[in-house]
Amino acid sequence: MVTNLPTKIETRDLNVYYDTTQALFGIDMVIPKNQVTALIGPSGCGKSTFLRSLNRMNDIILNARTEGTIRIDDQDIYASGVDLADLRRRVGMVFQKSNPFPKSLYENVVYGPKIHGVRDRQTLDELVEKSLQGAGLWEEVKDRLEKSAMELSGGQQQRLCIARALAVEPEILLMDEPASALDPKSTARIEDLIGELRENYTIVIVTHNMQQAARVSDYTAFFYEGHLIEFGETQTLFTKPGNQQTEDYITGRFG
Amino acid sequence: MRLTNQSKQRLPWDTIIRWCMRFIAYSVVVAVGYILFDIVVKGVGSISWEFLTDYPRKGGTEGGILPAIMGTVYLTAGAIIVALPLGMASAIYLSEYASQGRFTRMIRLAIVTLAGVPSIVFGLFGLGLFVLFFNFGTSILAGSLTLAFMILPTIIVSSEEALRAVPRALREGSLALGATRWQTISRNVLPYALPGMFTGSILGIGRAAGETAPILLTVAAFYLPILPSSVFDQVMALPYHLYILATQHPDTTKVLPLQYGTALVLLVLVTAFNLVAIMLRMRFRKKYKW
Repeated sequence: MVTNLPTKIETRDLNVYYDTTQALFGIDMVIPKNQVTALIGPSGCGKSTFLRSLNRMNDIILNARTEGTIRIDDQDIYASGVDLADLRRRVGMVFQKSNPFPKSLYENVVYGPKIHGVRDRQTLDELVEKSLQGAGLWEEVKDRLEKSAMELSGGQQQRLCIARALAVEPEILLMDEPASALDPKSTARIEDLIGELRENYTIVIVTHNMQQAARVSDYTAFFYEGHLIEFGETQTLFTKPGNQQTEDYITGRFG
Repeated sequence: MRLTNQSKQRLPWDTIIRWCMRFIAYSVVVAVGYILFDIVVKGVGSISWEFLTDYPRKGGTEGGILPAIMGTVYLTAGAIIVALPLGMASAIYLSEYASQGRFTRMIRLAIVTLAGVPSIVFGLFGLGLFVLFFNFGTSILAGSLTLAFMILPTIIVSSEEALRAVPRALREGSLALGATRWQTISRNVLPYALPGMFTGSILGIGRAAGETAPILLTVAAFYLPILPSSVFDQVMALPYHLYILATQHPDTTKVLPLQYGTALVLLVLVTAFNLVAIMLRMRFRKKYKW
């Protein structure tokens, strides 16, 4: 146990396989509530696979197989009979490459709520404003909600995707290198946003950028070749890593 | 830096090859152009209001070709009604639901085989199954179904391509918001794929409108100067009528202008189909880009 904070997500002996290749080996991890947890490690180390197992997005990959348990609020999300739609509503996801739908800004944000049965126009309007504000995009786009989302800049598109995820009022936000395709200014905006969102959400973020992990996260997990090498408070992990491999990685000696 | 002078021998070779390729490519245009030109010039004289709206008289030597035009319209419409939902549903299943196992490979093999079957074989199949076995008789129903089966592979293949062109990220984005698979397909895949699905399908349908062999044995009437009153009636059809006028008519030289007129009408009909497809594609290509 790395922390005394309340636990949001707990994985126990998590193994993930693609066909016969094992991508994750016995991951035991406790992710604290309302904190930002960064997953770092070289490409192919399993951090994205780990992230995608938290909302069961690996399920849609052919021949992917998951063993072990993941508990969110003490509920096993891989138990039989779990409602995937409800799980994914509670565990939102922002992808590496922003994927706005080719619809209007408004339709993008209300996509999730509509799926989950919200029909009332006023409620939807309020959700749009609240979500766009939450993603720090409201002021820029409030006068052109009917415009196509494809007309936004790359950074705005990614914040729209965050707003879209917020609109279904999730408890957890998974972010898969959300700023890797953005310019430094847009990246800074996203990082600020993560800082604001941590108040209300448990955030798990995959990043290639060690400075970014140090800046935005409270806890950091270092993955290497499918194993969780080290997990701890970000400050400790970056200043006094307890493992030689972690130290080599964060000082840039490999990866 | 010193560049060597271009070899004196390479230059003419390059030019010759380029001109050969250009000639071959242009000759396709010339061939199409000649056919069109010939039909338009010789057929336009026969086109009149009477020709388009009147019934044939005196064994097809006089009067119009209204029953043949309407026959082709009915047959094509029937084929669309049957083949479009079937083909689209198959494409959605193959692209969105089917796991890529042995059974799916078998379905794909069947589709490819279906696409390669000669049209006269479809005609015989339609005769055996719809006309005789289901006892529909030689009728619009049997003819439409036969045409529908013939264009099914085109519709499935082009629809599947249109579905595959929708980025995977849009599906994942929708699923990650808690949408079910069908919600994802119906709200965030199909709307973007439909124009492409229609475009490919219309091109296939245009082909069906011009086919003779499949309707020869299942529906087409030699000479039937009335309009059908039900789907169990026979009809005349443009391609078959053209065949009759050109080869079976007792006085083929006398009806030569009518042949050209009929060919022109058929050509305009099929071209109109294709134009609609092209316009649809251009309109929606602007609307959806990612």
